[in-house]
Amino acid sequence: MNEIAPHISAAAPAPKCATAPVGLLAELTHRCPLQCPYCSNPLEMDRANTELTTAEWQDVLRQAAEMGVLQLHLSGGEPTSRKDLEEIVKTAADVGLYSNLITAGVLLTRERLQKLAECGLDHVQLSIQDADAANADRIAAYKGGLVKKREVGRWVKELGLPLTVNAPLHRQNIENLPKIIDLAVELGAGRLEVAHIQYYAWALKNRAALMPTREQFMKTVEIVEQARERLKGIMVFDFVVPDYYAKYPKPCMGGWGSGIINVTPSGKVLPCHAAESLPGMEFDNVRTRRLMDIWLQGAAFNKFRGTEWMKEPCRSCDRKEIDFGGCRCQAFALTGDATNTDPACSLSSRHAEWFKVAEQESHQPAPPFVYRRIGGDKSKAEPADADAGE
Amino acid sequence: MADPTPRTRAIITGSTKPALPRHIKLRHDASRGRWIILAPERVYDPDDVAVSVLQRCDGVRSVDEIAAALAAEYQAPVDVIAADIVTMLQELADKGVVTAA
Repeated sequence: MNEIAPHISAAAPAPKCATAPVGLLAELTHRCPLQCPYCSNPLEMDRANTELTTAEWQDVLRQAAEMGVLQLHLSGGEPTSRKDLEEIVKTAADVGLYSNLITAGVLLTRERLQKLAECGLDHVQLSIQDADAANADRIAAYKGGLVKKREVGRWVKELGLPLTVNAPLHRQNIENLPKIIDLAVELGAGRLEVAHIQYYAWALKNRAALMPTREQFMKTVEIVEQARERLKGIMVFDFVVPDYYAKYPKPCMGGWGSGIINVTPSGKVLPCHAAESLPGMEFDNVRTRRLMDIWLQGAAFNKFRGTEWMKEPCRSCDRKEIDFGGCRCQAFALTGDATNTDPACSLSSRHAEWFKVAEQESHQPAPPFVYRRIGGDKSKAEPADADAGE
Repeated sequence: MADPTPRTRAIITGSTKPALPRHIKLRHDASRGRWIILAPERVYDPDDVAVSVLQRCDGVRSVDEIAAALAAEYQAPVDVIAADIVTMLQELADKGVVTAA
């Protein structure tokens, strides 16, 4: 049986069966109590007073369901920062969207989670920064985070909701991967995403503090393969590899304008959550244009849809409809031209150069984190702690 | 409330009574004109035979009973059908889509 959905973090084939996107990534807010230095939010975050209202989000969900979207990923920032999350989840259930709450968990109470379950929430994805409490709290710059997350994990199970644990992996927690896997099992997770950091936005800024060595990465491949076998039928693994050490790039978003539509806190509609980093792009807003019209006709969605925009070596490549030349945002960030092949691809003329950057940065002492906070990219924030994982 | 995640691997046999957990949704998708399975961060596209099987996974009927019903419906040998169903349901159980009672 095939999957027809590209989900958010890992590769999946593009849906051939429909013109509508399978998934809606709803970034409800950029507010977040955590300050993870690899946050995928843009460096310029939307302010609270620009956020869509409850009624506007509810309208977006109705439009999404009408156009054929199947799954709703409620993300942020921290989606539980929104006081109206229950109403949004209720609407998702009413219009038949399968709802996935992507949360750090620290703001939740048991009562609120129960309310969300009663409103029809289908699934919870809980992020874990590390299995070591002190290091987890340091990475997120949030005291007591892991203790709270363990509690939230218990509540999720008690309420009969399915749980995915999402563990972003990098040089400062990579040695704890076996303990992270054990923690996910202990929490009763049915899925574990072992997600090597993808280097956009804050993560790109913090790349030298996050990039593992190639040897460390290879070790994680081995650990995940063994755990996958050992935990077969108990916990499913999703494994996202770090681009810089890859042979071929990821089919980012399952292909541009193909499987996922992303709405930002202020209502901008993006083909991918990093798309605002691309220059010369114009993004439509749900406040002024219908979602279906934006998806089908919007300039941003048609910019890199399909394969016509490609240059060599993508244009004549056998894999062009498998990985679509990788990520446009990474191609731009690393080469200055979004139509170039993503340097994650070994066929890119720039691949060797970026592999070398990763090798060099990962072998040098980690610089302090630049924490994800408003103005965080302008100030040094962290005392120079030793790498916990090294 | 029931824990939706099994903590031991479910092994599918003829006497297994398979079921879809509450958070797995088998439904017809009108906009695509096909059946789909909605699961955590996944959407699957079952073929017609898989849909026939999954519609009978109610936690009451056994794999053998489902196989007998489908053998009659499709006029196919029951042992072949049963073997195919076990394989398919084991794959789905390992993905967390099917539970066994």
